[in-house]
Amino acid sequence: MVKINGEDFAADGKSVKAFLLEAGFDTKRVAVEINGDILPKSQYENTYLNDGDCVEVVSFVGGG
Amino acid sequence: MNHDKLIIGGHEFNSRFILGSGKYSLNLIEAAVKDAGAEIITLAVRRANTKEQENILDYIPEGITLLPNTSGARNAEEAVRIARLARELGCGNFVKIEIMRDSKYLLPDNQETIKATEILANDGFVVMPYMYPDLNVARDLVNAGAATIMPLASPIGSNKGLATKDFIQILIDEIDLPIIVDAGIGKPSQACKAMEMGAAAIMANTALATAGNLPLMASAFKNAIEAGRKAYLSGLGRVLTRGASASDPLTGFLRD
Repeated sequence: MVKINGEDFAADGKSVKAFLLEAGFDTKRVAVEINGDILPKSQYENTYLNDGDCVEVVSFVGGG
Repeated sequence: MNHDKLIIGGHEFNSRFILGSGKYSLNLIEAAVKDAGAEIITLAVRRANTKEQENILDYIPEGITLLPNTSGARNAEEAVRIARLARELGCGNFVKIEIMRDSKYLLPDNQETIKATEILANDGFVVMPYMYPDLNVARDLVNAGAATIMPLASPIGSNKGLATKDFIQILIDEIDLPIIVDAGIGKPSQACKAMEMGAAAIMANTALATAGNLPLMASAFKNAIEAGRKAYLSGLGRVLTRGASASDPLTGFLRD
């Protein structure tokens, strides 16, 4: 299992890009961190999720 | 007035009103930016969700500088992490550091803020730290590489105005960086007062988000900030401690 934004997903073996698209994220509007390290957009396609990975997918929201 | 620019980390701005984007409809952002005359807007970083397809970036007019904050950070490490994620979102290298340990008063942790400022300034960010107005801390922030200092006027979201006025004045008098009053400014008159004191700019969010008519209030703030700035540049007239001073000639009275 892969923990993504605090929830478990059976996403092991998928590329980051494939996961983001399947889950419905707008890849142009998010930033991704895997196990504490930022993953550059250019690596979404060639980076595969592993069992136990902890992933954060963030975007901008309104704030002060 | 045309050459009176606000300079932050080498970037020039004409507007001295930094606009928040929290707690109001995305549909109002464009009108708020326009009526505020704002050139900088703040944003927060949060976990993305797939349910809402709307993204705030689609509502912000082109040419506006984005100022992500590090809200949610409880220490320097978390603030640095959020700042780097914000930069990865691809909208520049400005960051407003906001570090809070306390959810009741939302007061900034000055010591952690100094640490985060140093790390992020060394990493190439234009760092705008939100802080509790303390001269020694402000000096440490300058040494850590801050681009501005952002002292709070009163607790975030309180609309209580310039509770820390005397201490903000000390920062204005002693610190060479732009002093941008952030948090607690609830009325245009309070923004005007801070600008008369010599603040370089005003940041406001809740004052607008909780107003009856947001774009109209944005416009009121714009005028107040400009009025205060002109008054500051002009130099305020002196105050008499006692007595009076006639504005009219003291000769030529119609009497013997």
